[in-house]
Parts: sequence; structure tokens; C-alpha cells
Amino acid sequence: MKSLAVRRHDRRAPLVLLALALALMGALYATAVAPSRADASPAQVGEEDVVAGGRLFEANCASCHGPQATGTDAAPSLVGVGAAAVDFQVGTGRMPMAASGPQAPVKPVQFDDEQIRRLAAFVASLGPGPSIPTAEQVDPALGDAANGMAIFRTNCAMCHNAVGAGGALSQGKFAPNLWESSPTHVFEAMLTGPQSMPVFGDPTITPEEKRDVIAFLERQGGQNPGGLDLGSLGPVSEGLWAWIVGLGACIAGAVWIGARSS
Amino acid sequence: MSTVERDEGTQTPDRFEDPGLPQHTPRRGDLDPKQNKKSERIVLALFALSSLGTVGFLVAYFALPTGGDATTIFRSNVSLGLGLAFALLGIGAAAIHWSKAIMNNHERVEARHPMASPPEVREAAVKNLTDGTEDSRISRRGLLKTALVGSVALFPLTILVPLVGEVGEDWNVGALKHTMWRKGLKLTVDPSGRPIKASDLQVGSVVHVIPEGLDEAEHPLDEKAKAVVLLVRLNPDDIRSEQGDGWSYEGIIAFSKICTHVGCPVALYEQQTHHLLCPCHQSTFDVADGARVVFGPARRPLPQLPIAVDDEGYLVAQDDFDQPIGASFWERLR
Repeated sequence: MKSLAVRRHDRRAPLVLLALALALMGALYATAVAPSRADASPAQVGEEDVVAGGRLFEANCASCHGPQATGTDAAPSLVGVGAAAVDFQVGTGRMPMAASGPQAPVKPVQFDDEQIRRLAAFVASLGPGPSIPTAEQVDPALGDAANGMAIFRTNCAMCHNAVGAGGALSQGKFAPNLWESSPTHVFEAMLTGPQSMPVFGDPTITPEEKRDVIAFLERQGGQNPGGLDLGSLGPVSEGLWAWIVGLGACIAGAVWIGARSS
Repeated sequence: MSTVERDEGTQTPDRFEDPGLPQHTPRRGDLDPKQNKKSERIVLALFALSSLGTVGFLVAYFALPTGGDATTIFRSNVSLGLGLAFALLGIGAAAIHWSKAIMNNHERVEARHPMASPPEVREAAVKNLTDGTEDSRISRRGLLKTALVGSVALFPLTILVPLVGEVGEDWNVGALKHTMWRKGLKLTVDPSGRPIKASDLQVGSVVHVIPEGLDEAEHPLDEKAKAVVLLVRLNPDDIRSEQGDGWSYEGIIAFSKICTHVGCPVALYEQQTHHLLCPCHQSTFDVADGARVVFGPARRPLPQLPIAVDDEGYLVAQDDFDQPIGASFWERLR
């Protein structure tokens, strides 16, 4: 009993409890706040939406993008970027930025769907630009995953990895993992070219081909027939595993074989 | 046993004495029969684990067939692999533990024998050789000697000629200096082969380009490996330099996609910095500045493809590249 009592007051107990509490919070957060957007088809936009969106813009965006949304030293002009860019940047939580850095990361979404729709309506009213795709345009069931793979391999795989697991760019920038991205956001990203990503407009990848890419991505990141995929990151994680874990086990085995029995 | 003379303790001895074997220390199992019994039980348990692994493998083989989907293949792979691992590792670990903990551990010494043969054997061997040389009279028969050396020297050609001959059927390095691109050939989208209208391209766009009619070429993949091009539309004001006057069209600029370092496809384009990265060794080219190398092991800018627009507004090549694309090779010298 004494040893049990001693163990109960282990110095490390608070740390373990803290880790458990953090994990629990993370799990709750993930289930409660995870974006539940089902491809909101663009509803009809009225004049009042533009006005309301303008007020949201002044309160939340104008400090960087300028009062007329024409851009400042800190942020680009939004004239002509279209509703699709707003839906992508704000709908994934990338905008508004919390801090300046190499690139704006995905964060918890700051606005509800109605506010995003109004902001998009306001920005779309500044100049003609790409609009938010319809649910049919991004439906993976209607796409051809095999053709999507050919398109993805040619245009996307060099940055986002052959199966869309993401990868590093220069100076702290990176191409994100695409497995959890919603089809609408994938479509909008190709259309608008956010941040470091180039634009893949309709002459480069037609809307049907974009849907094929979405169909291809829909099948990635699931169960792997070969065992541990180690994040599908290729030689980096596989090399780490082979050199540290694999070689370590070989050395440990050799040491055990050579050691005298006590 | 010779004792070693030392003066003032600074000199090392001429010879080190053989320290002999360390003292033999018995294992716990040698002294305590209970420990010995315990080691035996461990070996037994390891063999049992191995048998369980084999049985598990067989059960998994019959009970978990693979279907068409990844889940069942994963399940089968993992259970077969684990069964096999336990089956073999169990035998190996049991055998090693058996020999280490149960078999006797008395140290043995085996003296190293001299390597050289006894002197009489060596003398006989040398005598045989001299007798043979004397008998052949090789030193006096010059023609025979020359014929011998010549035939021995010729023989390796039977290995070398096919080896070198089958390295590649095409010894024409001139093929490396030209690509499919020629005046008026349309730039088309890879892989669909659609021609590209200049007016359709937004600023910030990237198109991966193949020449029109690539599929009809005699060796399409060989041609594609040389002719692939990355097309970018920049704001015309951002272009600081290019490799030739009038080689771009209203901010649309095209560079070979084959890295000048060792020939990987350079295609990671950062729209905001205009930097083009090679995925293999991180060579970085500045598209806005004539594909100048800004980082990495590449030593030359990517060759620029001169482009223009035809009567219908489609992008076409003005000419082939003005230099060989891709990595350096001996005959490239220019």
C-alpha cells in the first residue's frame, strides 16, 4: 500500500493531468467547432447585403486593405478578386490575419456564413471577379478521379505532394495538406491563387477538370493498404523512421547479442 | 616473463606483456539453480511465442482474406506481418538467450597460427615456377610472348564492346541540343493539349505547357522530357529582365521546366515572390529577372522560350530555345 501511496504523489502527475486536459480540450474543440459548411450555394445577393458587407469590411478589414479596399503597404487591393477569394480566405479562417508572418495559416473561422456571404457580396461589388462555385461544380461524385490525378500530377503535386499531403516552400512558407479542405475551398483556391499559390484559371484547368481534381483528392488520405503511411510525406518521414527507429533497433539487437549474460 | 626496464617512468616498454584472460565470473544461473530454471522458462516462452506467431499467421491467412478495398488489404498485411515477425524473432531470440544464459560460458583461447607456409614448401613452389619458365623458354621465344600478351589483351573486348554498345542505341548528342519547339508551334496545356489564348490568362497564372502535336511525335516521351515549359503571367511592370528582347508577350513569359542543375522538373512557383523552386535540390530561379539563380546548386538560368501571339490570339513559339536545355554535358561547351 505504501508504494501505491507514494506513486499517487508522483512529481509528474500534474504534467500528465495537464496533457490529458489539453488533449480533451482539443478533442472537444475539434468536434464542436469543426467547420460544418455544406457547400453553401451562393444565394441571391441584394443591395442590403453589399451595404452590410461594407460595414463588416470597415470594421474588420479596412485597417490593412484600406478604406476603399484598394490596398496598402501591408495588404493587397481587393478590387476584382471576386467573391470566391473572400469565401476562401475568410471561410477557412486565414483572414483576418492574427499576426504578420510568412503566410496566413488556417485558423478557427471568425465570421458566420451569413457574414461571409455579405463580405463576399461587398468585395464582389468592387469589380468583376470569380464568383463562388455552385454545389454541382464541386461535387466529387460527378468528377473523374483518374483524369483528376493526371491534372493534379502536372499542376499541383510539386508543391502539395503526390497525394495532397502538403509540403514545404521557401522562407517558412508551405503548401498545406488538402485532405481536410472542403471541395468548395479547393475549387476557390485554384480559381483565385491565394498567397503563394499561382492562379489556375479556366483556360489552364477547366471547371470540369477542377471537379476531377476534387474527385481525386476525395480519395486520398484514407486507409492505406501498405501499413504505416507516416503522413504520406515521402523520404523525409520515411528516412527518419528508417534511420532512427530501424537502425536503432538493429544496433540494440546487436548490443544485446554481444553482451555477456549476467 | 621478461621484466621491463623503465627510467623515470616516462618511457613506454618495448613489449607489452600478455595480460591473459580476465577472471571468469560465474553467472547467477551457474550458482543458483532457481535462476537457471528461470532462464529455461524464458527460452521456453520465446519458443512458445514463435509458435503462436506461426499459428497466428496461418489463422490470419485463412480468416482475413483480402478484398478489393484498402481496409481488408491493410488488415491482412498487418496481421500476416506481425505473425511472421513473432514466428521468426521468437526462434532467434530464444536461440540466443539459450546460448547466453544456459550453455556454459567458459572463455576459450585459440592461438593464432603463422600465416606463411613452411620454408621447404615455399622453396618448392618457387622452383616449380622457375622450372616452368625455363621449360617454356619464354625469354627466348619473342614472337610467342607477343602473341600471348596480345591475345590476353584482346579478350576483354568481348565484354567491353557489348557493354558499351548497349548503353544506348542513340549516340547522337546533337539530339540534346534541340527540342521540338520551332517557329509558329502552338503552346498547349499539359496534359489536355488545349491551345492557350493570351487574353484568357490572368496575372498570377501558371500553365504547364507542352508543344502542339506532341503525341504525334516519333518518341513523345523523349520529346516531352526536353520540351516541357512553364508559362507564367506576371504584371508586365514586375519583369526586370529577360534573356532576349521581345521574347515575352504582355507579361506572359515562358521558361524551360528542366533544371539546369541535374534536370528535375522545376515547377514550384511562388506567385508573390516570382520565385521558381526545384523540388530536388532547392535551386531557386527568379522568373521576373530572366530566371536568374537566386539560391541553390544550379549554375545557369533556365533557358527562356521566345513566344509571340498568332493571328487568332493563341500563344506560339518564336523559335527553339537558343541554348541546350537542362543539365550540363561534355559536348555542351559553348
